[in-house]
Amino acid sequence: MTLRLAIASLLARALTVGMTILAIALSVALFLGVEKVRTGAKASFADTISGTDLIVGARSGSVQLLLYSVFRIGNATNNVTWESYQDIAARPQVDWIVPISLGDSHRQFRVMGTTPAFFEHYQYRQGRSLAVSDGAIMDDLFDAVIGADVAATLGYSVDDPIVVAHGLASFTEHKDQPFRVSGILEKTGTPVDRTVIVSLRAIEAIHVDWQSGAQIPGQSTPVDEIRQMDLTPKAITAALVGVESPLQTFALQRAINEYPQEPLLAILPGVALQELWGIVGIAETALLAVSAMVVVTALIGMMATIFSSLNERRREMAIFRAMGARPGTILGMLVFEAMLMAAVGALIGIALLYAGLVIAQPIVDDAFGLWLPVTAPSLREVFVVCGVIGAGAFVSMVPALRAYRMSVADGMMVKS
Amino acid sequence: MTTPVLALDDVRYCWPGRAAFALSVPELTVGKGETVLLLGESGSGKSTLLSLICGTVSPDCGALHINDTDITKLSGGARDRFRAEQIGVIFQQFNLLPFGTVTDNILLPLRFAPQRRKRIGDVVSEAHALCAALGLPEGVGRHKANALSVGQQQRVAVARALIGHPPLIIADEPTSALDASSQAAFLDLLFAQADAHDTSLLMVSHDPRLGDRFDRVIRMEDIAKIERATA
Repeated sequence: MTLRLAIASLLARALTVGMTILAIALSVALFLGVEKVRTGAKASFADTISGTDLIVGARSGSVQLLLYSVFRIGNATNNVTWESYQDIAARPQVDWIVPISLGDSHRQFRVMGTTPAFFEHYQYRQGRSLAVSDGAIMDDLFDAVIGADVAATLGYSVDDPIVVAHGLASFTEHKDQPFRVSGILEKTGTPVDRTVIVSLRAIEAIHVDWQSGAQIPGQSTPVDEIRQMDLTPKAITAALVGVESPLQTFALQRAINEYPQEPLLAILPGVALQELWGIVGIAETALLAVSAMVVVTALIGMMATIFSSLNERRREMAIFRAMGARPGTILGMLVFEAMLMAAVGALIGIALLYAGLVIAQPIVDDAFGLWLPVTAPSLREVFVVCGVIGAGAFVSMVPALRAYRMSVADGMMVKS
Repeated sequence: MTTPVLALDDVRYCWPGRAAFALSVPELTVGKGETVLLLGESGSGKSTLLSLICGTVSPDCGALHINDTDITKLSGGARDRFRAEQIGVIFQQFNLLPFGTVTDNILLPLRFAPQRRKRIGDVVSEAHALCAALGLPEGVGRHKANALSVGQQQRVAVARALIGHPPLIIADEPTSALDASSQAAFLDLLFAQADAHDTSLLMVSHDPRLGDRFDRVIRMEDIAKIERATA
């Protein structure tokens, strides 16, 4: 009966109680939502590259190498010579190796030169491979495969011509050698979506008339002539490596890092990602702290509504006292009430979160390439609910103790 | 003579924080089945006396027996349990929890008084029987308490005070919110029920016209003394 009366009492104050619960629900949804986005973003970042054991580039920082080779953020300070690349490729531990060459752009998108092996070995989101939604993987020297975002943003379709610009945000274009869109990739939620992929030889081809980053004046080799040339690159930006056996990863990494002919760097993508998290960790913690503060604010709001309800409920408490309720029972009732509100709020918050996830999942995936998995409530969420209930009980002790003192002082005689 | 249900003996109580303001009651008894009207103006210490009897405050000295138990010897929590078992309380008004049903309200004291509960078998049908005996309409038990008229609410309060047959009922001006004709009807019902269960009734009022109905009328100024410090 006490439970029923407590619920009836809450229902009688449906508006204020509803608002309080809504505030708690939204704060819990926000808190867990931030958590979901945070882990989702991490997973998504981690999902950007899978199945690659090592990334090799010129010696710089491991985070820098990861960022420019996989996420197309920042630039390489140096290249890897073709000889070094071939040396590494020839090592027995290497199962496969994919060279990538960066540095040119098309509009706001980066151009990446690679080999068809890239489409074979590059994997994302736990082992998914790239797939062509329209057209085919490049076949001709001047074929380009474009990511889904490139196609969507620039409105390209198969067989459209595109001109690659030298460098990034540059006005000098490789107008002499226009490419043709041979295929459009399916959306992956990775930086591949924002990349124009051409063959490694094509990168070499468009730089035939260039030297030291500038076009040689007056020189323009006809396309037909270029096709006849040896287009083996002199250097690449980085290479993705798969090893024969995971046990050999570290041995290979050490060998590359100690490569005597050229200063090289080999990184494990996962380890470099961890380093990256270490850097962005502070911002993450701040975000989490802010959303936790929102939960605290909602609970303080609940404390305020309980406080303001005390005066109008003096009569109610006097009735309970007259019936034989101890002041402790009054205290318990108020704490119980707060816990009930916090519990309902937290559960609605979780419901809101999941409803939001289900609705937002495809939108977020489309817009940001961020895959937020809808999974069954984890232990962590159970902890959050328990934590909110516990914190609700804790903050409600303040008004409940006041009610306790009031009911001791008033007894059953309240002149209203 | 049977032992009185209520007996106060040299009870003295000082209001906390106001040491120079004290209430003393040399003697007050209410016998079994007796109905007593206690007349007093406001400020005469009636409310304090009721709080003492109900045990929500404890006197500084003296003995206060209810059914042979000196409640001044009990702890605060024990007094609360004792009150639940022994005393039915009716207030002036706003007796009921507005959000509870009539039945919820009537059964409320049983939640704190297991022995009173044991005395009755089916609590819900007992509540209905009391409602019927007090002239409340059929099926009123399911209604929310705040949907009832003031007169009906006071009768529900009587049913709540009576359920499980506590030996003593304390009523604090229960008729003051009612008009004259409702007052008479209300008192008729209250007396009939108290009589049927041989329950003692101590009713506080400022209205001497009610006196005829009671076994005994006592005046606050005759039994109690308020000491005020002369500044």
